[in-house]
Amino acid sequence: MDLWNVLFVAPFADMIGSPRFLLEVIIGGLLTGVMYSLVALGFVLIFKASGVFNFAQGAMVLFAALTLVGLLEHGVQVLFALAATGIIMVLLAIAIERLILSPLVNQEGIILFMATIGLDFVLRGAGQIAWGSNVKPLDVGIPDKPFEVAGILLNSFDLFAAAIAAVLVTVLAVFFQKTGVGRALRAVADDHQAALSVGIPLRTIWAIVWSVAGIVGLVAGIMWGAKSGVQFSLSLIALKALPVLILGGFTSVPGAIIGGLIIGVGEKIAEIYWAPPFGGAIENWFAYMLALVFLLFRPQGLFGERIIERV
Amino acid sequence: MKFRTLFLGVVGAAVGVTGIAGVKAAFADEQFIPMLVYRTGPYAPSGIPVANGFRDYYTLVNKRDGGINGVKIAFEECETQYNTKLGVECYEKLKGKGQTGASLINPYSTGITYQLIPKAPVDKVPILSMGYGQTASADGRVFEWVFNFPTTYWSQASAFIKYVAHEEKGYDKLKGKKIVHIYHNSAYGKEANPTLEALAKRYGYKLTLLAVDHPGQEQKATWLQVRRLNPDWIFMSGWGVMNQVAVKEAGGINYPMEKFVGNWWSGTDADVKPAGTGAKGYKSATFHGAGSGFKVHADILKHVYGGDAAKAKENNIGEVLYNRGVVNAMFGVEAIRTAMGKFGNKAMTGEQVRWGLENLNLTKARLKELGMDGFTAPVKVSCADHETGGPVLFQQWDGNAWKVIGKPLSPMVDVVRPMIEKAAADYAKENKITPRSC
Repeated sequence: MDLWNVLFVAPFADMIGSPRFLLEVIIGGLLTGVMYSLVALGFVLIFKASGVFNFAQGAMVLFAALTLVGLLEHGVQVLFALAATGIIMVLLAIAIERLILSPLVNQEGIILFMATIGLDFVLRGAGQIAWGSNVKPLDVGIPDKPFEVAGILLNSFDLFAAAIAAVLVTVLAVFFQKTGVGRALRAVADDHQAALSVGIPLRTIWAIVWSVAGIVGLVAGIMWGAKSGVQFSLSLIALKALPVLILGGFTSVPGAIIGGLIIGVGEKIAEIYWAPPFGGAIENWFAYMLALVFLLFRPQGLFGERIIERV
Repeated sequence: MKFRTLFLGVVGAAVGVTGIAGVKAAFADEQFIPMLVYRTGPYAPSGIPVANGFRDYYTLVNKRDGGINGVKIAFEECETQYNTKLGVECYEKLKGKGQTGASLINPYSTGITYQLIPKAPVDKVPILSMGYGQTASADGRVFEWVFNFPTTYWSQASAFIKYVAHEEKGYDKLKGKKIVHIYHNSAYGKEANPTLEALAKRYGYKLTLLAVDHPGQEQKATWLQVRRLNPDWIFMSGWGVMNQVAVKEAGGINYPMEKFVGNWWSGTDADVKPAGTGAKGYKSATFHGAGSGFKVHADILKHVYGGDAAKAKENNIGEVLYNRGVVNAMFGVEAIRTAMGKFGNKAMTGEQVRWGLENLNLTKARLKELGMDGFTAPVKVSCADHETGGPVLFQQWDGNAWKVIGKPLSPMVDVVRPMIEKAAADYAKENKITPRSC
């Protein structure tokens, strides 16, 4: 009876009793979800265009943020530092294409996946060797002030992040749907050999998509790095993106956003209303559980492509 | 052909013999101290200053004093990444090195400490887990080989409540107050909970426990709850990125920073810098001085860095965790010196260093000789008491540096010691250990 009350009565009574707090939790969850989506987008881009699950996406976020903050520490102006980091991420993408992906064209997906695990180690190590392992404060001038609207606490930084995510998604959606390069990316994802046979330059496409993923990683690195300082732990935020990907689908840009929002709200509600009987700190595993429940009904994720192979 | 073989054999033998002799010679009059460090991985920002503090103090003793009573310190780092498995591997790799094996081990991780506790009496390598590890090991009757002076997590929690009572102008004012403990969801993070719960019963404050999962990069749910509870005080047992995010989030809900107190692993330079001015006023516990204004720092600057202040700063001199590494290294060195007082000026075995740790008596006068007067409190270890109940200090971030505030507070020994003895007795029963009589 007590368990019934704790799990099925008290949480709902609390929600009904304090609707303003519930609204604050939902808004907090949505804004957190946007931050998860920023990380998830990088995974989606590469998977969508090359069918590779890029294990090194978290390391790319770290590498980009470390490079940016390293340049800022050396007195480079913010805009120049941003541009230089963007260029470095493009060069990195070209290097990845030349050294890792090209020799593995037409190999099994698992082999490409294993290669990205190796890349993950290299990038984590290289970033730390080049820029050190200390926590580096990152301030690129994004406003970070709390304020209340109708008794609900908001933060200008979170709203800025949401706006950035919205712009990114719009740009990426247009890029994939409306441009020739976007269509070529989708063709490459479907079948490397077929894409090559119709004259799509596979190597160029891969370099482009890894470049875009690197720049998305830079944006994610700036947002997360501004919150916690730029440090090794940034590479671990990839773990927060996985349930988002499972839920939203590995090939959908809008899926990454919607998945992020659902995971963000879901885990916050679970942590605040249901964590006490479990001893607290349930949001990490709850996110995965939520994603798995969705998988039961939609194995391809909410917006993922349903693949039917006929034998 | 025969001549060539003979020649090569003679040369080989000569190289072998002189090599071995050389190695032996290198070990002679050297006290080996292994260093488990984490200069890489998610906790590197904390691990680097600690490791630098250790390294610099050992180097200082070698360069300034010619070693410990003439016996040079040999040390070797092994990277653990703050990972328990790697830490145990490092221990196994280093425990047999040097002329007499490892003198003592500083695990620098509660998880690694827990794994090494059963190994210590077998390998005869004493553990010095300074202010961390298993709190119950303060009872030396059960934990003969483990030392956690100058104070423990439980003592720290009691000192925090004492501090709150002091700030609120009396223990009677604690009744009805709301105190939140935000903790790393690990064995380490949970350490303070029993003490805070026991004291909640005694003083009538309302305690709320909020766990944060590793690594703690996202804490919005925790801080939404804090905002709703609106606690009078927050105590935090965090580590790594969890601290930086928590300090930032506290500012994000306009929580008064002077009512937010971290434990001594949640009050480092790295913890406050990402939050910028928002961290101003944040407090934490500690058990040593802040900054680089002590004589020992001047000595390190002179003897280790040759007066190069920029290089010393680059190596974290004066930062909170650097100072902790220095204090920790000093405790180990003085324990070895104490052991030499009984066993002679030569490289000590782990067993002899264990005796030195248990008979360590660092007086104020001795600390002054070491250039650490006012840097840390005197320590007197005994057979029964491996903690010593040293005083807890509180420090505050003023926006630029940590400053020690108020007077040192002694822990509530009447509350903590019985809890330690009970936990130690339970451990002894579980592990079939017969406690020593002290």
